[in-house]
Amino acid sequence: MSVGTNGFELRKEIFADERDDNLNEIGKRTRRQDIEGHVTGRSPFYDDHLFDGLLHMRCVRSPHHHARVRRIDTAAAERMPGVVRIVTGRDVPVNLNTLLSLLDFGLDDEPILSEAKVAYKGEPVAAVIAETEAQARAAVQAVRVEWEVLPHVLDVEEALKPGAPSVNPAYPKNAFVYHGKYDHQKLRYGDLDRALAQADHVVEGRYQMSPIEQAPMETCGAIAAQEQNGRYVCYTGTQALFFSLGTASKVLNLPSSRLHFIGGTVGGGFGGKVDSVHEPLAILGTMLTGRPVKFQWDREEEMQVGAPRGAERWYITDGVMADGRIVARRFTGYFDCGAYTRLSSYAIIKGVGHLPGPYTIPNVYADVYCVYTNRTPATAMRGFGITGVDFAIEAHMDKVAETVGMNPVELRILNAYRDGDMKAHRRVAKNCALVECCQVAAEKAGVRLSPDLLAASSKTGGGGARGQLPAHTATDQNGRVEGYSSGSYAQKGGASAPASPAMPTPMPQPAPPPAPAPAASPPVASAPPPQPAPAAQPAKKPARSGAMRFSSLSGFRRR
Amino acid sequence: MTVHKGRGFAAINYPIGMNLGGDPSQALVHSNPDGKFTVALSAIDLGQGMKSVTRQIAAETLGVPIADVYVDTADSDTGPHDMGSFASRGTHRMGNAVIQASLEARAVMLEAAAEELEVDAGDLVTDGQGNIHVRGAPSRSITTMAAAQAAQFKQGRTIAGRGIFLIPLSDVDPDTGEMSPVTTFAHAALVVEVTVDDETGEVEVVDIQSAYEVGRALNPGLVEQQLRGGAWMGMSHAAWETTEPYYPARDHGPVDFNHYAMPGPGDLPTHHISVLERPAEDGPYGGKGPGEMCANPMLPAVVNAVYDAVGVRIDELPVTPEKVLRGIRANGGAKPRQAL
Repeated sequence: MSVGTNGFELRKEIFADERDDNLNEIGKRTRRQDIEGHVTGRSPFYDDHLFDGLLHMRCVRSPHHHARVRRIDTAAAERMPGVVRIVTGRDVPVNLNTLLSLLDFGLDDEPILSEAKVAYKGEPVAAVIAETEAQARAAVQAVRVEWEVLPHVLDVEEALKPGAPSVNPAYPKNAFVYHGKYDHQKLRYGDLDRALAQADHVVEGRYQMSPIEQAPMETCGAIAAQEQNGRYVCYTGTQALFFSLGTASKVLNLPSSRLHFIGGTVGGGFGGKVDSVHEPLAILGTMLTGRPVKFQWDREEEMQVGAPRGAERWYITDGVMADGRIVARRFTGYFDCGAYTRLSSYAIIKGVGHLPGPYTIPNVYADVYCVYTNRTPATAMRGFGITGVDFAIEAHMDKVAETVGMNPVELRILNAYRDGDMKAHRRVAKNCALVECCQVAAEKAGVRLSPDLLAASSKTGGGGARGQLPAHTATDQNGRVEGYSSGSYAQKGGASAPASPAMPTPMPQPAPPPAPAPAASPPVASAPPPQPAPAAQPAKKPARSGAMRFSSLSGFRRR
Repeated sequence: MTVHKGRGFAAINYPIGMNLGGDPSQALVHSNPDGKFTVALSAIDLGQGMKSVTRQIAAETLGVPIADVYVDTADSDTGPHDMGSFASRGTHRMGNAVIQASLEARAVMLEAAAEELEVDAGDLVTDGQGNIHVRGAPSRSITTMAAAQAAQFKQGRTIAGRGIFLIPLSDVDPDTGEMSPVTTFAHAALVVEVTVDDETGEVEVVDIQSAYEVGRALNPGLVEQQLRGGAWMGMSHAAWETTEPYYPARDHGPVDFNHYAMPGPGDLPTHHISVLERPAEDGPYGGKGPGEMCANPMLPAVVNAVYDAVGVRIDELPVTPEKVLRGIRANGGAKPRQAL
């Protein structure tokens, strides 16, 4: 067991018959087109696009986990040196958004600048625009907010208990609603309980990931300025140029033809720059002041206000035979999405499609919840939807190996999925290579494998009975939710109501429980003043504005 | 005080591309008069190498030298729509769009060359060095530059191509979770070696022996960078970093890199990487995205190695010295296993 050396090799002999390696350019270590600029520091960050008269925007943020906003007094701040304008939620044309509304998935649930209440420490309620960043910082301190502190909840399982503080008015029970139907995403494949009862061993585990920061070299932000012909140019660090452009178009109620977005070439993202709202805020600042505006997080905001990789909690129960075959696997998962949905709802569907990991297990069951808590909203990060559950699965596999007294590499190869196997999401596996990866890693580390497992292959041993759907799958209606209807995204059979041809369909609104929701809410010009009632009403959302939508499918589904 | 060695194993697969599909990417390719090609995209490359990979894919498909291709991207006025850089979709989706656009442009280039050479376009091949010639007769040739000039100044043709790649959006069954999440998966397995100090609780990752299956290493240098950096990030997730060290309590949240713990150059283990290539049937030249999956196996492998070293199972990440010491104390001392 000696410490090895750095090295890199292509194992061309494996799967050689499936490749044509006789290519001109593909497979070459060609030098990157942009590498000289990167290593000499000449590649521009978005923050390098400075303009004469550039103004700086900084946010006034909640010091509380959960509080009602009684009053925002900007009078003193407005008199501070260098202050040009103070922006609040009233200035935002469409002050309620969720990124995946562009896919017709989920309710608009997050203000750009909150007006009625805040649901996490650091939530913005106003933005100061000043001549210098220092002046903006000083003026932020001078904005007086009267808060009414509310009870908060930080633990996912506590948040799902009856009587827990309600975090997000769009989902008052603190769980995202899937398909307009359930408070969690289900996976049902075979008969879990029967298989567990017949297993030789039952192995249980609980796994927890904590939130993680994407830590890009350049913090999130955008710089906006006026272009000719009523257009706005926006230099941004976004990872998804047209997502950001679509969001700005929606939030600012501007035709996308008036927006010119220019993305970066360095600075890193790692998932934290997919769902930013820096662009609409910077452009709004330019619209309100007539001058170029930069809105950029500092490192503290990036770490504590910027959406991290969310925490996940997983419970796994395996039924295992004495010979190491896993015959049943149950998951209960909780994604801590923080105060607002962002992309967690999407990640859960991705995670559920990934279960039970790269193994062929004939009975699989999962309930996965997207839970609202009073913390910074979570978002994407490298491996989104998968990293947390893979940690849980592979730590659990070690426990299973110990329980049955097997070498952990052999346990993986024994249970590995192979070409032709049926997966729990009911599609046939192909192009598998888990067995070969296990063999190569074991060989390099000097882990001895039995001759059987050394000879195993992803191309053989699969299919046949392993490729059949289970004879019986136990289903249930647990977690049924009333009063929601689904958007078209990920929805079997499409949205329930056909769209009117003249107008885009508004998202269905959740009703104040328990009454059913109206089919559509009329547009309301501005958000109501703070409500005295204990249960905050969601701000009424305007009918879907002129923003473009990417939902190719909802487009042609509804024709 | 004893420093214990331990090894841990983990294996994973990873879905490539936006879950459920419905995420188009477009590309436009055109030739300048001198036979140089511009690939216009709106994809975002914040350092991961997207521009270089699409450039290589375009050069391969067009059949021209890499130096004759330039990728212009990240401008919403000039680049056609792309969904974005996330979900390991860049290489897979955009690579396919670039292939389609390049094939269309290549066909026009060969027609222009055929007219000049007075042969059938179907008999022409490219040598990847800037020449187009009749198959089996290299002397009957024309340079790509001459073909491009003839097309534009003599024949009135545009050497240009459009490409789009879209996997139609899948449904999800609310009751069973039936869905078509993605079309291909990447794979990985690795053995890590750690040392655990039973007095301080400190964990050091000292070696990684990995195998990553990436479909096709379109540029082995870029693949290596992704895998090396990703494994580093995975070990950081396992044993260093969090924004909420006492989750779910929100106290003691770090606000800068002095307090947000991540491994530095002195903490790097040796890492020997083996790359396997089982081409994906719908991947560009078989390629899958290596960028995300490379971090994932490190997290469980490190906790499994800590257990192997001192007999403490840490099921809550990150593995901090505090958790290791509490575990050792609860067990009545380190219980080395060294079973792997």
